[in-house]
Amino acid sequence: MASVEEDIVMDLARQSLRDVNRFLHENGSSLSGKHVRILNPAGNHSVAVGLNETMTVQIDGHVGYYAAGMNRLSTVTIAGNAGCGVAENMMSGTVHVRGNASTCAGASAHGGQLFIDGNAASRCGISLKGGDIVVGGDVSTLSGFMAQAGRIVICGDAGPGLGDSLYEAVIYLRGEHRGLGADACEEPMSDEDYDLLQKLLVAAGTNYDPQQFKRIASARTLYHWNADRDQEY
Amino acid sequence: MTEEESASYNRTVLSYIQLAAERGVYDIRGLGAKRHLPSFDDLVFLTASASRYPLEGYREKCDTKTILGSLRATQPIELEIPITIAGMSFGALSANAKEAIGRAATNMGTSTTTGDGGMTPEERESSKTLIYQCLPSRYGFNPADVLRADGIEIVIGQGAKPGGGGMLLGQKISDRVAEMRTLPAGIDQRSACRHPDWTGPDDLAIKIDELREITDWQIPIYVKIGATRVKEDVKLAVKAGADVVVVDGMQGGTAATQQVFIEHTGIPTLPAVRLAAEALDDLNVVGEVQLVVSGGIRSGADVAKALALGADAVAIGQGALMAMGCNSAHWVHNEKLVDATPEYESLGISPGFCHHCQSGRCPVGITTQDADLTTRLSPEWGARRLKNYLQVMTMELTTLARACGKSNVHHLEPEDLVALTVEAAAMAKVPLAGTDWIPGDRSNEK
Amino acid sequence: MCGIVGLLGKTAEIRESLGGRLTPMFTCMAARGPDSGGLAVFNRPLDDSIRRYSVYSPDRNQDWDGLGQLLRNHLSSDSLSTDKASKIPDFQIRAIENHATIIGNFDTLDLTEEISRFCPALHVLSVGRSIEVYKDAGEPAEIARRFRFDSLSGTHCVGHTRMATESAVTPAHSHPFTGGEDFCLVHNGSLSNPYMLRRKLEREGLQFETDNDTEAACRYIQWKLDIGATLEEALHQAFVELDGFYTFLMATHNQLTLVRDAFACKPAVVAETEDYVAVASEFRSLAHLPNVSDANIFEPEPEEIYSWPV
Repeated sequence: MASVEEDIVMDLARQSLRDVNRFLHENGSSLSGKHVRILNPAGNHSVAVGLNETMTVQIDGHVGYYAAGMNRLSTVTIAGNAGCGVAENMMSGTVHVRGNASTCAGASAHGGQLFIDGNAASRCGISLKGGDIVVGGDVSTLSGFMAQAGRIVICGDAGPGLGDSLYEAVIYLRGEHRGLGADACEEPMSDEDYDLLQKLLVAAGTNYDPQQFKRIASARTLYHWNADRDQEY
Repeated sequence: MTEEESASYNRTVLSYIQLAAERGVYDIRGLGAKRHLPSFDDLVFLTASASRYPLEGYREKCDTKTILGSLRATQPIELEIPITIAGMSFGALSANAKEAIGRAATNMGTSTTTGDGGMTPEERESSKTLIYQCLPSRYGFNPADVLRADGIEIVIGQGAKPGGGGMLLGQKISDRVAEMRTLPAGIDQRSACRHPDWTGPDDLAIKIDELREITDWQIPIYVKIGATRVKEDVKLAVKAGADVVVVDGMQGGTAATQQVFIEHTGIPTLPAVRLAAEALDDLNVVGEVQLVVSGGIRSGADVAKALALGADAVAIGQGALMAMGCNSAHWVHNEKLVDATPEYESLGISPGFCHHCQSGRCPVGITTQDADLTTRLSPEWGARRLKNYLQVMTMELTTLARACGKSNVHHLEPEDLVALTVEAAAMAKVPLAGTDWIPGDRSNEK
Repeated sequence: MCGIVGLLGKTAEIRESLGGRLTPMFTCMAARGPDSGGLAVFNRPLDDSIRRYSVYSPDRNQDWDGLGQLLRNHLSSDSLSTDKASKIPDFQIRAIENHATIIGNFDTLDLTEEISRFCPALHVLSVGRSIEVYKDAGEPAEIARRFRFDSLSGTHCVGHTRMATESAVTPAHSHPFTGGEDFCLVHNGSLSNPYMLRRKLEREGLQFETDNDTEAACRYIQWKLDIGATLEEALHQAFVELDGFYTFLMATHNQLTLVRDAFACKPAVVAETEDYVAVASEFRSLAHLPNVSDANIFEPEPEEIYSWPV
């Protein structure tokens, strides 16, 4: 086990996942403001989950499912691709995927920021409950499904079913979509939208022009049972 | 001229058709399946006889201690009694009700469970042992509460609506509930029916590991299923890594779901217990992975029968609410009975017939968020009532166990039971009383 | 529920060491499927008149030489029609533990039928000019060791580790399922209408060996191929007629094909380089492959057909 210094290096080729995660949990307060590097993730699941301090973690390589799951306060960078559910249920902090993200990126996150430089797969931002997701590339089918709050920014294209069953989350799309989901509709962008979007795009390290984006939000027709509206139950 | 009621198109069915025609939307209600089902009532114990000796009540000890989640967790759940309180949400229930439940359970040394809305401070403070549900909706689910939970219950389904997601109608989405669930106040909430970030037991295994990693492997992980393909599901839950499997039978309740779900899905608790126990036996994990059974557990006799058929513990939901006044004609103010009949009448029914938890107008202040109605249930009074009920059930359980000669309720076994009907014999796989016959069991055939 | 793996070698080096590359992928996916496992390997096709049969025995100490003798005796016996009796097929049996390959020129003789009649304990896993299939119940790592997967070579292969859902854990229920000649399929997911599919296919004359939902999918595609559809056409029809959740990885003698259903809830990852195409349920199964960090890594879109030629 590395001692707590300026740069702590952990190696999943030599240490167990359990030991690495537990170290990060138990030494949270002393790791506050420090940099941790995790080598050889080799597609392991649940790497750096449940972090709860202002530490910075860089993961050198591809990770499996649920990387940085339930993150609080930490900044986690994945120098590779991420599997299903990266940053799922994140509360605060930042997770940055330099490669692509698999399905359900940022699922049910309540806060914080998730930046994906490449593509995200299907169901990006499913069940989102707050927080921001910015995808530099494309997203696939059913992204924003049942997203309740927060913002999803898509710099590329979106697959079919975008924003299906949206609640109050808002989607900003730069490219084309292959079909909006149930109750999702395009709305005009406001000055507030442009300002917010500009900040998010900059924070994510992109330089796209907010003027190129459209706003997709809930039409709110499914909020109440209504016999006369032919709602799809 | 005599009037003859049609059995197929009886008054209940007529009323259903007329309501459908009037509203154009399906009927949504609370509680569980109301129709007659094969149940524990159809089983009886073979207590002491010339060949089996009973234990003395009060003098000879009958142990009720129960441990759940012993296999992997460093901090398994230790209970004084094998009766726990099932998951019911704040939102479905009032804050007072959740607090009453917590206090009663703590008093009796057992656990409570959060529901489809997240953990409230009241229930964490009032309940010594709190199991935190992880549901498809993930409303309010957060790591701070994960870390202060005593166990986590991943919900795949519940007995009232296996395959259906949670539901809470607008009248119960108060500001507080809305905030906890990240929803606009007043909308009709329909939860997802699948988890957002995993589908199937192979991916559930990875999710369970994630929760273990977040909690540093300290607390047990339960998996809860509604009783459908019970044997396969229990096996899959075990293979996916569950420390405890919870099986909720058809009679299990809900605060709101479509009537069609409640009455026409899932199998009764009676066959579900047996199938679940067989699944654990097939996998050779009896004693390692524990089984909790729920759905229509009403009395100490039900608890005893569930244990005899292979459960390690039971969970009660509807019974707990009824102990605190659900379907009672009165609520209690300063030890005095106050008539609640007008409120029942305003819902169109009488006490004893109510299932309108979904309305938010619970006449006795349990399944409501209304500021006035919630005052009808005081946490102290409710806690006392529920504690009494749990105590009675425990006494009945030990009475039956002692009468079967057991010094520990977990020594109850299927051979202590016989069935009064052919269906119950087949479902519970115990002989029909007076015979050696277990319908469908060919193991004794030559 | 399960894990699927697949590997197609584009270079001679990968093809030579196909089994060695595949084995860690396979054992890694045991986490998703601890109950049983199977592997289909394809090689350059044998001559047109020759067929390779993969045979499974439940008896770990199966006397394969004895079987060979029994088979020769049976095929030369009077119980066969006079047309066939004049020509006794020439064949070889190569065995490893409880798995054997019978290679020979059987002409019109249906060896599967013959074996099922006079040696019913044995199970024919595959027939073809390219395909060889290994299957067994048990721990995937042990299966790989016992059948020496790491020594196999071939053009492409498809493997599967199984966590049994609705049907039993037996070797017959393990994947890959095969249909006809030189076709196999592995499945991660759960079909929701397998019984009606099965009944429809039985009416068309197809025979089933198990009650497994994957077999229904395999026979459905087999049926479509038999009546003249291409694999792509069969899959487009499958999108309509099959219901439920599925990731299918299939192979014929000259292609590897991957599809996902419209919901796309069951995982699949593809890593493609100049040297190989690798498929697995989880990325970590591919993590050891050469140059995988530089590979084109992607996930299949729902209802899109991804095919790689051999």
